[in-house]
Amino acid sequence: MLDILASIVPTVLFFSAPLIFTALGGVFSERSGVINIGLEGLMVIGAFVGIIFNLTFADVFGNFTPWISIIVATIVGALFSAIHAVASVSFRADQTVSGVAINMLALGVGVYLTKVWYGKGQTDMVAEPFNSTNIPILSDIPIIGPIFFEGIYITSYVAIIVAFIAWFVLYKTAFGLRLRAVGEHPMAADTNGINVYKMRYIAVLISGALGGLGGSVFALTIVSNFSHSTIVGQGFMSLAAVIFGKWHPLGAMGAALFFGFAQSLSVVSTGIPLLEDIPQIYLLIAPYVLTILALAGFIGRADAPRANGIPYVKGSR
Amino acid sequence: MGQVIQMTSNNRLFGILVPIISVLLGLLVGALIMLVSGHNPIEGYTALWNGAFYDAFTIGETIRRITPLILTGLAIAFAFRTGLFNIGAEGQVIVGWLAAVWVGIAIEAPMIIHLPLAIIAGALAGGIWGFIPGILKAKLGVHEVIVTIMMNYIALFVSNEIVRSVLTEHKTTTEKIASSASLGSEWLQSITFYSRLHYGILIALFAAAVMWFVINRTTVGYELKAVGFNRHASKYAGMNVSKNIVLSMVISGVFAGLAGVMEGLGTYGTVSVISGFTNLGFDGIAVALLGANNPLGVVLAAILFGVLKEGAGEMPSAGVPTELVDIIIAIIIFFVASSYIIRWTLTRFKKEGK
Repeated sequence: MLDILASIVPTVLFFSAPLIFTALGGVFSERSGVINIGLEGLMVIGAFVGIIFNLTFADVFGNFTPWISIIVATIVGALFSAIHAVASVSFRADQTVSGVAINMLALGVGVYLTKVWYGKGQTDMVAEPFNSTNIPILSDIPIIGPIFFEGIYITSYVAIIVAFIAWFVLYKTAFGLRLRAVGEHPMAADTNGINVYKMRYIAVLISGALGGLGGSVFALTIVSNFSHSTIVGQGFMSLAAVIFGKWHPLGAMGAALFFGFAQSLSVVSTGIPLLEDIPQIYLLIAPYVLTILALAGFIGRADAPRANGIPYVKGSR
Repeated sequence: MGQVIQMTSNNRLFGILVPIISVLLGLLVGALIMLVSGHNPIEGYTALWNGAFYDAFTIGETIRRITPLILTGLAIAFAFRTGLFNIGAEGQVIVGWLAAVWVGIAIEAPMIIHLPLAIIAGALAGGIWGFIPGILKAKLGVHEVIVTIMMNYIALFVSNEIVRSVLTEHKTTTEKIASSASLGSEWLQSITFYSRLHYGILIALFAAAVMWFVINRTTVGYELKAVGFNRHASKYAGMNVSKNIVLSMVISGVFAGLAGVMEGLGTYGTVSVISGFTNLGFDGIAVALLGANNPLGVVLAAILFGVLKEGAGEMPSAGVPTELVDIIIAIIIFFVASSYIIRWTLTRFKKEGK
């Protein structure tokens, strides 16, 4: 039993980390009232930037390269999401349409530049990806150590810490209260002197930053190169985690962990009693079916922020 | 300013101008990107043109490429008319494709029965895939965008599993459909140097005509539009809003399912395990938007995007990666979607001017 846990927990954390980051981004954006279908594209941009930066500067930064790569990817992700912010907040474009365009644009730009710079549709493998490590001291704790702190990617713990920070920001600070108010009832928020447009811009930029971070972590831990098939659906799965987690940061984290679990099962289920009998197809579609069931109210009710998806027009009722 | 006001007062003209300006801007941005990345835009666009229109073969392939885009464009446009956003065309294409090929392989019958049966199977499968988000929206108020996205992935994985475990024994592609279920046409192929052009284009154009007729000339279409304009007013007027939402999603799914049929019975004749989406559904969103959700517009927009997509295949000969076309299409979507602010501003000026 312990062996099984020691093999499965690190895998779950490994698959979940990118989903957690990106889903948290989705929570910020949607809590402010801006639907973000573009999470997938933001992850693509993050993965692209993370890999390219890593390939280019591996010699300069050595062991720090993956960390600097994800920071750069975070910044570029935020910048890229500004397109979504301008279109959906200022220009009142349909947020779903804008998100779809973000997805197309990100993949187009990523693969286009890859081909221009490398002459092929796929980059080389990076020299400095993230590697799994044993966390000193903690991994020596009996029972818990081998399960949670051996052969682990530090980024997984960063993701969980960020989830708690996101919860604190959204629920324990004035900024978070304002952001949620804007997503529930923008007119009331506006009446109270909150700048609705500004809050929504900030929220979308945060979602871009976290989406970029998630994409780069995915690329630098799981695939190690960039091509058109680096990010295939992880962004949409993160979006599912946002909803399955009921638009709550910790809920989204839990959902992302669960989806990571489902993904990891399709990898490590052989050898685990009971689970190895479940056909892989059920594990593959589980995240999506569960999200639909959650939305339909079969697994508790999932209600979106009231003003989600509605552009705010100052002075209109 | 006077000219501008006159222009907006003619709403129809403005409706045509917005897409045209968006496309020109998209192509302009494409040219700029080529310049910046060290390519010659004229060579690039010449290659694109040749890729789509060089000879009878490429023209045949271009029409083949346009065919499913018309149908996914109609699918999304139809749902839009009822105020619904069907992002699930992608999944509906996949199940339509699967069902049509399944019938094409599993059944033996003369063509007059087999072909219609396979087409109907594909359309039905797409319809069912649209029914689920439709009923969830109508009865439980669940947002159709999220459900359809999830349905896309379910379709993808389920279809792959069926190809692997049911239709074949752990192979990645099924056998070819019986010729009695094929949309292929030796005549069309022979006049286009054996491109994969098939009779599906007729079905696609017919579908566009059907949509025009339903939306503009029938009570059903009137109700669907009314629900799209104002759900509450429609209910007050005695219309069954739930029924119309479900119906709209089902019809939308049928159109998308037919797009899958085009690929299954026309272009490929098989269904394969796929690692990612066909993108027909997502491109359909672009087609519907640019075509202003009207059947004629959808056909024209599908022609444009089909030409761009097919022509892109030739762009590497000018050193330009094919992905440039995806960038151009994304930019066109942004311009069309954001044009509402321009339209809104102009109409506001017009009102104040009075």
